[in-house]
Amino acid sequence: MSKTDAVKYQPEFLLRLYRQMLVIRRFEERVKYLFLEGVMPGTIHQYQGQEAIAAGVCAALQQDDVITSTHRPHGHALAKGVGLEPVMHELFGKLTGCCRGKGGSMHVGDLDKGMVPAIAIVGAGVPIATGIALAFRMRKQQRVAVCFMGDGAVNEGAFHEGLNMGAIWSLPVVYVIENNLYSASTRIADTVRLNTLADRAAGYGMPGITIDGNDVLAVYEAAREAADRARSGFGPTLLETLTYRITGHSRRDPCNYQPPAERKLAKDKEPIGRFAKNLLDAGVVDQPGLDIIAQEVDEEIEQAVASAVAAPDPQPESALEGVFV
Amino acid sequence: MACLTIAEALREALREEMARDETIFCIGEDIGIPGGWGGAFTVTLGLERDFRDRIIDTPISENGFFGVALGAALMGLRPVVDVQYGDFLFCAMDQIVNQIAKMRYMSGGKLKVPLVMRAPVGSTGRGAQHGQNPEAIFLNVPGLKIVCPATAYDAKGLLKAAIREDNPVLIFEHKLLYGAKGARAESGSVNASSEIPEEDYVVPIGKGVVRRQGEDVTIVATLLMMHRALAAAEILQHQGISAEVIDPRSLVPFDWELVSSSVKKTTRLIVVTEGPRTGSVASEIAATAGERLMDYLTAPVLRVTSPDIPAPFSPAMEGFYRPDAERICGAVRSVLGMKASA
Repeated sequence: MSKTDAVKYQPEFLLRLYRQMLVIRRFEERVKYLFLEGVMPGTIHQYQGQEAIAAGVCAALQQDDVITSTHRPHGHALAKGVGLEPVMHELFGKLTGCCRGKGGSMHVGDLDKGMVPAIAIVGAGVPIATGIALAFRMRKQQRVAVCFMGDGAVNEGAFHEGLNMGAIWSLPVVYVIENNLYSASTRIADTVRLNTLADRAAGYGMPGITIDGNDVLAVYEAAREAADRARSGFGPTLLETLTYRITGHSRRDPCNYQPPAERKLAKDKEPIGRFAKNLLDAGVVDQPGLDIIAQEVDEEIEQAVASAVAAPDPQPESALEGVFV
Repeated sequence: MACLTIAEALREALREEMARDETIFCIGEDIGIPGGWGGAFTVTLGLERDFRDRIIDTPISENGFFGVALGAALMGLRPVVDVQYGDFLFCAMDQIVNQIAKMRYMSGGKLKVPLVMRAPVGSTGRGAQHGQNPEAIFLNVPGLKIVCPATAYDAKGLLKAAIREDNPVLIFEHKLLYGAKGARAESGSVNASSEIPEEDYVVPIGKGVVRRQGEDVTIVATLLMMHRALAAAEILQHQGISAEVIDPRSLVPFDWELVSSSVKKTTRLIVVTEGPRTGSVASEIAATAGERLMDYLTAPVLRVTSPDIPAPFSPAMEGFYRPDAERICGAVRSVLGMKASA
């Protein structure tokens, strides 16, 4: 971040972005520990290293804009405002979770906060987000849909069908690819012939942009431009954000398929430390200021964990409810 | 009162509902192309003239447009998805099974998915990929309501009920029942026309109907097979056998009250559905009848279905595949302890 950026943005905004990324990181680290301790049920797909994308994109959205997410949804949920406690409680399968314990890690969301319960089938969110955007258009609402997906999604039929319909109907939707180089453990070069996934956009007749997904301000600016474009009736954008997952694909994945040199480089480029350094260099905040933020974030997370552990489990028979209206 | 075919009755239901509620829209392939066909079976013919912005023609992207419909439904619209052939539901299985059917449940019961899916089914001279009866597969998908109208009156009333329902509803329509005359007359088609009342009405989802009263045996049959069962009952009457024919009209929820009260009277049950036998709709009804009605049954519950083969093309083989009145009569004679040749 240059001095210009420090002038261009209010310090409060920059610190809010920082705090949002840190909330996601510390949440995920705490959740990982809870899993390894055996305290938390289920499985998890975590977001460490990709925080700038959820934080940057959601900062560019209005409250009534709607996102769809993936099997790796914690970061999106926290950034869109579903709330620390409702998400943490859901991961514990508690009645007080954002999906009353019926969704779990892979389906966190709250449409009242603008997030469809996360869609854990790769690529399936693409047509759904397109349909959300169709509804906005049909109802003449100035709202935007955002579809988060991983790089693996670009090889699903749903990706093709969804992007094509978004394009032919010029719908207010932004398709965000989080390219972390791996579909689970399979490397991108083994699944796609292109060097940049944004090139796929040309096949649908929409703009495709590739940006550094670990630069939160670059993500914010690209997302805002794409959202503005969508909101103004100029149709969808395919936004490829380059990033790296600095944790396993799912629990207990030691990532032996990631070359050590690549992992080390990625850790140096991870978004939060990088942004912190920029904030310090630009004089937006000092180290004690960052320490206070970290302490506050950790306290909030501990509170969410404590209340989640203490919250009641759902009645087993309540599994029968909620199938039909 | 006007006498309408099923295709006409469905069209009238769509027209009336769309005029009543601006959130309703139709989406599918070739449904509103001026100069086109109004979908594969004319159901939406001409609706684009009255509702241009709410008849949405899609690319050939079944999985895509079922997902689009789900997204729109989550935002408060009420889509009616038109799939040209029920066989193409399989192209959209992820959206139907993993997304549409489960979205409400995964949200902890917070979200509503008011979404109607219309699917033409039945073996009709089109071979293995345009002639299946995929109903049974969807019985195993909690979160979907499923209806199967066999008359024009029910088609209109069930479609209206489905559109007003806040849950996803899958409507199976039989290709040989759309209309027995004019452009829609197909070989083997049956007249399923009804007198349609002037006033608004719905047929409640989950309620079956007794189509013919009888004393000796209960025949539960859906769609085209319901008409075959009525023909069988007519033949049987001449042989001194009184068959009661029940049209369940809905598969999910299923009207067990109606079937139970009939079987308690007749003590015998035959279930007739078109499509492969294993894991069929008939299998599910027969299994549940075995659990619920054992004390009343005096004979095994028999299924009359297609064999476990894909739908064949040749008319000679298709007649073998699709149950007819004679096979239903044979099953009835069997449960009555009569010789097959009687």
